[in-house]
Amino acid sequence: MELNKLTAHQLLGLLKEGVIKSSDVILALKERIDVIDSQINAYVRKNEKIELSYVQNGPLQGLPVAVKDNICTLDLNTECCSKILEGFKPPYDATVISKLKSQGAYIFPLKTNMDEFAFGSSCENSCFGPAHNPWNLEYVCGGSSGGSAAAVAADEAIFALGTDTGGSIRQPASFCGVVGLKPTYGRVSRYGLIAFASSLDVIGPITKDVYDSALILSIISGYDPYDSTCVNLSVPDFTQNLSKDIKGIKIALPKEYFIEGLDKDVEQNIKEAIEVLKKLGASFTEVSLPHTKYAVATYYIIATAEASSNLARFDGVQYGLRINSFEGDSSLLQMYKTTRAKGFGEEAKRRIILGTFALAHGYYEAYYLRAQKVRTLIKKDFEEVFKEFDCILTPTSPTAAFKIGEKIREPLKMYLSDIFTISANLAGIPAISVPCGFTKKGLPVGLQFLAGYFREDMLLQVAYNYEQNTIWHKMKPKI
Amino acid sequence: MEYDVVIGLETHVQLKTKTKAFCSCSTEFGQVPNTSICPVCLGLPGSLPVLNKLALEFAVKTALALNCRIQRYFRFDRKNYFYPDLPKNYQISQYDLPVALQGFLEIEPQEGVRKCIEIKRIHLEEDAGKLIHTEGYSLIDFNRAGIPLLEIVSEPQINSPEEAYEYLLSLKEILRYLEVSDCDMEKGSLRCDANISLKKRDHFQLGAKIELKNMNSFKAVKDALAYEIERQSKLLDKGRILTQETRLWDAKEVRTVSMRTKESAPDYRYFPEPDLLPFVLEDSYIEKIKESLPELPYYKKHRFIETYGLSFNEARFIVSEKKLADYFELCVNLFPFPKIIYNWIVGPLMGELNERKISIEDINILPQDFVCLIKDVESDKINSLKAKEVLKKILDTAKSYAEVIKEESVIMISDSNILKGVVQKVLDENPKSVSDYKSGKTNALMFLVGQVMKKTQNNADPKIVQKLLKELLDGSV
Ligand SMILES: [Zn+2]
Repeated sequence: MELNKLTAHQLLGLLKEGVIKSSDVILALKERIDVIDSQINAYVRKNEKIELSYVQNGPLQGLPVAVKDNICTLDLNTECCSKILEGFKPPYDATVISKLKSQGAYIFPLKTNMDEFAFGSSCENSCFGPAHNPWNLEYVCGGSSGGSAAAVAADEAIFALGTDTGGSIRQPASFCGVVGLKPTYGRVSRYGLIAFASSLDVIGPITKDVYDSALILSIISGYDPYDSTCVNLSVPDFTQNLSKDIKGIKIALPKEYFIEGLDKDVEQNIKEAIEVLKKLGASFTEVSLPHTKYAVATYYIIATAEASSNLARFDGVQYGLRINSFEGDSSLLQMYKTTRAKGFGEEAKRRIILGTFALAHGYYEAYYLRAQKVRTLIKKDFEEVFKEFDCILTPTSPTAAFKIGEKIREPLKMYLSDIFTISANLAGIPAISVPCGFTKKGLPVGLQFLAGYFREDMLLQVAYNYEQNTIWHKMKPKI
Repeated sequence: MEYDVVIGLETHVQLKTKTKAFCSCSTEFGQVPNTSICPVCLGLPGSLPVLNKLALEFAVKTALALNCRIQRYFRFDRKNYFYPDLPKNYQISQYDLPVALQGFLEIEPQEGVRKCIEIKRIHLEEDAGKLIHTEGYSLIDFNRAGIPLLEIVSEPQINSPEEAYEYLLSLKEILRYLEVSDCDMEKGSLRCDANISLKKRDHFQLGAKIELKNMNSFKAVKDALAYEIERQSKLLDKGRILTQETRLWDAKEVRTVSMRTKESAPDYRYFPEPDLLPFVLEDSYIEKIKESLPELPYYKKHRFIETYGLSFNEARFIVSEKKLADYFELCVNLFPFPKIIYNWIVGPLMGELNERKISIEDINILPQDFVCLIKDVESDKINSLKAKEVLKKILDTAKSYAEVIKEESVIMISDSNILKGVVQKVLDENPKSVSDYKSGKTNALMFLVGQVMKKTQNNADPKIVQKLLKELLDGSV
């Protein structure tokens, strides 16, 4: 039995029966990583010591979780795959990490690869080099949580945590053929998540199937007094109602998401998925989300503005990289400049400059304030639809994975890869990506469901019903 | 040329909450550097702020005391700038939706001279760390980072350095009454920047606004403003046109020096703090705080003048600290002779306290005991010399008045028969003084009184002693 190929809920069953120990699982993963991660590069800092004899009591029984490199782990390097955070060991655990630990999870010491500070849609902007798509190593695994998605898809992890600011969980999940859930903003504490855009960032699970997503969401959700934006709402056991049938459920198809530029193979897979859902008793209606066309522009103003401020603290003073002088100039200003020039990658610099500009005196009203107004309109679009419908169905991304290097020189093309995922972040609503087939080239395609605020139960129920009536989640890459 | 002076003050006050504005680190002054810190106030990656409820309560309290309009909906903003003492390189502050707007503060520098100075806004923000510069390098102490600050901005309605001084005094009095801040400029719990512009008398055009920083005491504020008036007047007299700039006060050199001009003024790129949701204050919350407000010094002063017949200056002094005013009033309630009590407090009591360097807050003589002492003096049960001795003893030992009286076996000896013997003895022992007195040196009498008092451990009634001495001395001519 190859334990690394199993899901969390399968392994929990075996652990409970005493058939296996958690160290067997950790060992299986370690062996898998030793064999293939040099090709995939899902993990960074591969020399971190893996504890085999980890014993933990609690529902997760010592099951290992792979963690994205932007989530703080006590005494364990957390660098956002950026040179500027080289050697940063947080003196504290993120709230999600504490919750997982208290439930008996083993925090895997190798963190997962990502675009630097979550800036990107391909995992190519990592100071550790790109992670590769397990379905085809020449292709990107998506981003920014690319390492987490690739690790889960390649059975190098049982499940992983990712973060989603504009699609960073869902898009790589769809590119790698796994399940990615972005919870409602405020459902999961952000304390310990190194911020990219504070009003958009959410932590969520990347898993092999929907059941695992429900399981992990139930653990990481809930009120946190250390995060003022975290909502004080009781957390249901999301695994409870998964198998409830979806007869009579009303699903909306926003016409703005079925447009030119949508890959034919992707479109075909989505159509087939709709047929499956219809057979299960769901009804479909075309709707309009009229402000969708402004989403990408709105997103890049708000996200970069917040990022420019969030990343200001990386200045060489307290932690991470510091370059004291340049050409004999050792002034404070020069230290700032050189450290940031050498520490940040190209995309990080691009976004800091964009965001700084958007907030500058005289431009604030035209850009940031305007973007906030449009954001409200985008929210209202969704609220209107959810008055009548249980959820919305869209493709997760307009295309399947693209080749490494294909879009890296064209940031605007890259940004469009998130065109279908960004709106959920702007609105703050939950969304999930589940595998729904493959392109002719054999690359996975993802299907996205969106639901109203705090309706993860609905998302998971529909996604589970779909999944259980298809075979896609059982497909494994041949690596 | 005559100029009108227009001054506005921007005051930063450290709130004396036990913990910092957005984390639970202690705010205690004078701790070992970098020991009162956590991921939040260090701005470590991933940390998030959570507002200290007490800091908000203090802000609302202050705003109400300064007659401000409390904003039912307010939020925090980020003020972005790079500086090593600012751990996140932005300060959590407030921009367009502060806690409170539009209030006023009444000042009354002299009797009958009143002026209302409007408050433009009050907002909450976090303090920065402290840089310690040494030869070749600098160190940062983050203990101060994150301590709640209240910024109180006046309208430019102050017209002289003296008024500015009065404004600060009144503000400090109010904040101390509310117990929201110590307002100790030496410890940095109150900081003040000023802006000043001059206007030719009878002209409408206001001159360039000059911002003044680095004033470390109320007096420094007054001095810096006076210096600026002089400097700017001279330049204007010569026909020079001033431009907007920020200047630093140099107390040693007694002058201001330019720090930056308007062109180099930083762009703080304010935007709403996404880590804190906007706040909505309920009317009931504000009402509750309103009800908890103490009587403020301005009103207390006038009440004391009217009710207790104190003069303006007496009342002004006695209400300058709430604890002092409270002590006074407790005493007056026990013994309704305000003037006598005022004199005892301002004279002997304050004298003893100052000598011991203790404040009225830490006083260990109960008002009941203090009043007993005063009553006994007034009813000739104890002479005032002995009374002061007893007062000292109480302050030193924290014993009750009754205990000290008993221990010291205090009794007023006013029986002439008893005293006569002592007086005669003193006369016998001091023939020189006797002859001095007889030759017209009346000072000698006081010396002899002193000797008698000494012999009776200050228990003798000095009036009787004097009478007896005179009788004996004059009788033996
Ligand atoms: Zn702290």
